[in-house]
Amino acid sequence: MITEAQARSALDAVIDPELDEPITDLGFVRSLEVSGASVTVHLRLPTSFCSPNFAYLMASDAKDALSALPGAGEVAVFLDDHHDSDLINRGLAADAGYRGTFGDEAEDSLADLRAIFRRKAHTAAMERVLTALLRANRELREEDLHDVVLGDLPPGAATAALLRRREALGLDTAPSAFVLVDDDGNRYPRSEVPLRLRFARSIRISIDGNSHFCRGLLRTRYPESAADQSPVKEKVS
Amino acid sequence: MYTKDGESYFIVDAHIALWDARPENQRNIHGKQFIDCFYDYHRNLSPESEVWPYEDYLYQGGARLMKDLFEDGYVDHAIFQPAHLGAFYHNGFGQTEEAFALARANPDKLTYNHCWDPRLEQAGLDQLRRDAERFGLKGAKLYTAEWHGDSRGYKLDDPWSYRYLEAAQELGIRNIHIHKGPTIRPLDRDAFDVADVDKVATDFPEMNFVVEHCGLPRLEDFCWIATQEPNVHAGLAVAIPFIHTRPRYFAQIIGELLYWLDENRIQFSSDYALWTPRWLIERFVDFQIPEDMTEYAPLTTAQKKKILGLNTAAMYDIEVPAELRLPREEPQAAAVAR
Repeated sequence: MITEAQARSALDAVIDPELDEPITDLGFVRSLEVSGASVTVHLRLPTSFCSPNFAYLMASDAKDALSALPGAGEVAVFLDDHHDSDLINRGLAADAGYRGTFGDEAEDSLADLRAIFRRKAHTAAMERVLTALLRANRELREEDLHDVVLGDLPPGAATAALLRRREALGLDTAPSAFVLVDDDGNRYPRSEVPLRLRFARSIRISIDGNSHFCRGLLRTRYPESAADQSPVKEKVS
Repeated sequence: MYTKDGESYFIVDAHIALWDARPENQRNIHGKQFIDCFYDYHRNLSPESEVWPYEDYLYQGGARLMKDLFEDGYVDHAIFQPAHLGAFYHNGFGQTEEAFALARANPDKLTYNHCWDPRLEQAGLDQLRRDAERFGLKGAKLYTAEWHGDSRGYKLDDPWSYRYLEAAQELGIRNIHIHKGPTIRPLDRDAFDVADVDKVATDFPEMNFVVEHCGLPRLEDFCWIATQEPNVHAGLAVAIPFIHTRPRYFAQIIGELLYWLDENRIQFSSDYALWTPRWLIERFVDFQIPEDMTEYAPLTTAQKKKILGLNTAAMYDIEVPAELRLPREEPQAAAVAR
């Protein structure tokens, strides 16, 4: 037996990699039906042309998350109204995997794709806290961000989000760890700090912008989805 | 021309289309999905007063285009940037003959750019030579995510792609607009990865590469290459309508572009008929970076004039009336010597 609440909270852990938000907050879960041990989920996306690798990734993550619930029986996940719906739904039903689903077009593994966006999510989270710090403290110069450590950050959603992104990348989360670091946790030379902050900002703007765009398009395509979307919690602009 | 608060702006709409997405031209379900996706963009990002009925959106025709751009829309000159999409539409999405006829009838107002697909190999290359002569091409629009047989996209640095670019250079086609933006199918062969622009911009330094939609959804990758390649430009199609729904987000985009590229390499485009130019121009002239965004300098009138028209006019040798030009920027040393 599984409850609907359990199933929903399992889906909360499924993230749109490019937008760095749970599919439940984005309104991508169209329906969720729980009957005894079996679960049926329908997912919807902002356009029929949303990139199929991300679509497959979210749909297969949803299937994995639900199948991992204790007591789960049959789990069926369907992607609706996508130009690759048939292909993806067949692949999901057969547990064919990414390459088994897309054949020759899927040269790289999904792990690489996931890693790229995990790094971007970290960079964006880092920029959010540092820009907030600059705005809150006008004395602080960009170069000074070189020395800011996690313990200097004010508690709150943005700091918590950064810590989660660091954990996902296996980076140090101790209060003494430096905030402005590259994907491997290394510091940049002090002179490079303004440039690195700037580049991090463009990544953050991309992610935020894609999020605005996708949330808006989903509501345009499925007006009823507005009720399912949660406001973005940790993002500042 | 648009005039506001005593300032007059010469307007070039650098990216427009004359498309036909009516059901009789749709080859398959994807043709319907494609125009529906565009219509969702239109509905999602336009002010309510500017939203068209679906039927109007499927096809506009030349008369309506002329009215929307030049009578109602303040545009002085516009450039066709057609997408063929032969896998979705029987007679293509962009209407070559109709658009070219319109451009020929209004040479002072319209420039016709055509498109090519390097996957057509030698036959397409021969066609490109004929097209260049017939249309008098100065530029081309490349849609690297276009479907072709089993292929769902190509790269600008593919061998055949290089041969097309070499031919284009020889034929005097200097301005290459590349669609890199939302929609369509980037699988592993990621059609929106802008890395291929980096390579060709280095290898064809005499050509201009205008990245449409300024690399969104990958603004950072675009900015990174544009910073290093002086012949890479940003087209504002699909980015500029955020000025209405998400003005703060738009401020960040324009702020970043000005930082990474500079004011000479950003081009206004309505992406007609995705959006009509009138409201975009009015809003952009009125637009200012919010005061609390201290990381960006305020937009100047000169920057707006360049973005709205002068940059594209320079790229396409479009004559700008003397009173609408900016005062010539004299080098500092010369000014001192005088």
